[in-house]
Amino acid sequence: MGKRVLLIEDEPNIIEAISFILSRDGFTVHTHEDGETAMEKVRATPPDMIILDVMLPGRSGFDILRDLRADPITAGLPVLMLTARGQTKDRDLAERLGADHFMTKPFSNSEVRDHVRAVLEA
Amino acid sequence: MSVASEAKTGSRIRERRIDLGLRQADLAQSVGISASYLNLIEHNRRRIAGRLLGDIARSLDVEAALLMDGADREVLEQMQAAAVHAKSKAEIDRAEDLASRFPGWAELICEQTRRITNLEAKVQELSDRMSHDPALAASLHSVISSVTSIRSTASILTSDEKLDADWQNRFHKNIHDDAVRLAGNSESLIGYLEAPQETLIGNLPAQLVEEWVEGNYELIRSMETSSRAVDDVVGEAELDGAASLLLTQYLDEAMSDAAVMPMSEFAREAKKRDYHPGELAEVFETNLSAVFRRLSVLGPESGHPPMGLTVCDASGAILYQKIAPEFGLSRAGNACPQWPIFEALGQPGRPVEREVVLPTAPKTRFMCYALAEQTISVLNEPPIIKATMLAIPNPSEGAKPPLTVGPTCRICAATDCAARRELSVLTSA
Repeated sequence: MGKRVLLIEDEPNIIEAISFILSRDGFTVHTHEDGETAMEKVRATPPDMIILDVMLPGRSGFDILRDLRADPITAGLPVLMLTARGQTKDRDLAERLGADHFMTKPFSNSEVRDHVRAVLEA
Repeated sequence: MSVASEAKTGSRIRERRIDLGLRQADLAQSVGISASYLNLIEHNRRRIAGRLLGDIARSLDVEAALLMDGADREVLEQMQAAAVHAKSKAEIDRAEDLASRFPGWAELICEQTRRITNLEAKVQELSDRMSHDPALAASLHSVISSVTSIRSTASILTSDEKLDADWQNRFHKNIHDDAVRLAGNSESLIGYLEAPQETLIGNLPAQLVEEWVEGNYELIRSMETSSRAVDDVVGEAELDGAASLLLTQYLDEAMSDAAVMPMSEFAREAKKRDYHPGELAEVFETNLSAVFRRLSVLGPESGHPPMGLTVCDASGAILYQKIAPEFGLSRAGNACPQWPIFEALGQPGRPVEREVVLPTAPKTRFMCYALAEQTISVLNEPPIIKATMLAIPNPSEGAKPPLTVGPTCRICAATDCAARRELSVLTSA
């Protein structure tokens, strides 16, 4: 079984596309659509890496990232943040909260795949 | 006209003559005086006015006033402001010379500066709009999400790797669905952006206050236990007059609420009672609106749900709003009339408790509590009414199905809504 990636994103077609390309690359992809219960999912199925959208129903990706970094168990988990908003303040906030990388939508599949490979196959 | 300005009339005549390439003797002859007299004038040893000044001005193709007074004071100030604004190294002390000798260029500098200032204000207005208009932000997010999905899916379909028929069909359908959604959202955005936005400028002080509050919750909480005066904090906030006044009112009210509902005790009781405003109002013996305000400032970082708050007057104009994820009413005066705050306006003094759901995000529900109260009573005058609504996300399942509420009719996907006042571009597309 390949390295585990947890994709926290609420857009079904984006979930399907990213899951497809990463699965094809040999990664095991779990998905979760709700911000409110995302941390429960992380604890139940600990991933090797998280791809985290900013705008989620329930709780924002920034709040979830804050929780991940505050928990000693998940503090070191690689996190790639995805956002539709490319404003500087969002990028700055993601960096301050401890995101490893930040991509603005629309992104290319190869960008996402290359980053996941770089993190999990290093 | 100042004495100093008048004293330079001769110098201006000389500069203008030289700029036009005229000989002193030729100019003197054209106005019927000797070259030596003109020389005295040009060196400011003879005063000049009246008909002779007019004749010389005509020969030099310039307004007499410009020769007498120099550059218009307003033009000079605008040129100097332009240099300062652009952080330019332009010789500000030579601005009058430039304006006197080349009035056309001076006017062009002023006109360009006015246009730049107006454009910068427009950009700032649009930027503020995107930051503070939840309906617009939601539409833009939907557009970007559709584009992202289409791009990713199309990339898979056009890659070299073979795809089985099931996956091909699935991805083709996804692209089609996203394209339809994108078309609808694009049309709605265009319609929304074309709508007049005068009210946005009028609300700017309130939005500045909301922005300041959003970034200073820690400071506001610390004020509750320290002796920091509201006036000191408002002074340090460096907001303009109208926003300063609103911030003072906000902080005064927040400190009054804190005195009745101290934060640590309030937070404990709120969690214990599942954030029910009615129970909290009884515990702290205070009014519901105060409890709504107090609940809205409980921090999500302490494990409380991120609650939204809206305050409006009797016309529905939003006076204050704390936005929460997926929550926020449009400030453009065209919010969905189904929001419980408007129901409360129709029955002042009677609290409303209603669960709502958004049509485009079926998982996003709120339990809303709203109350309209008369704030000022004057004999024989109409009552002044203010309504407050608290929105708590993801409540436990209620006995009744939730009421569907939207952003604004024009871009709302709800069907069969009795309150709809205009067709939605989403459902009519």
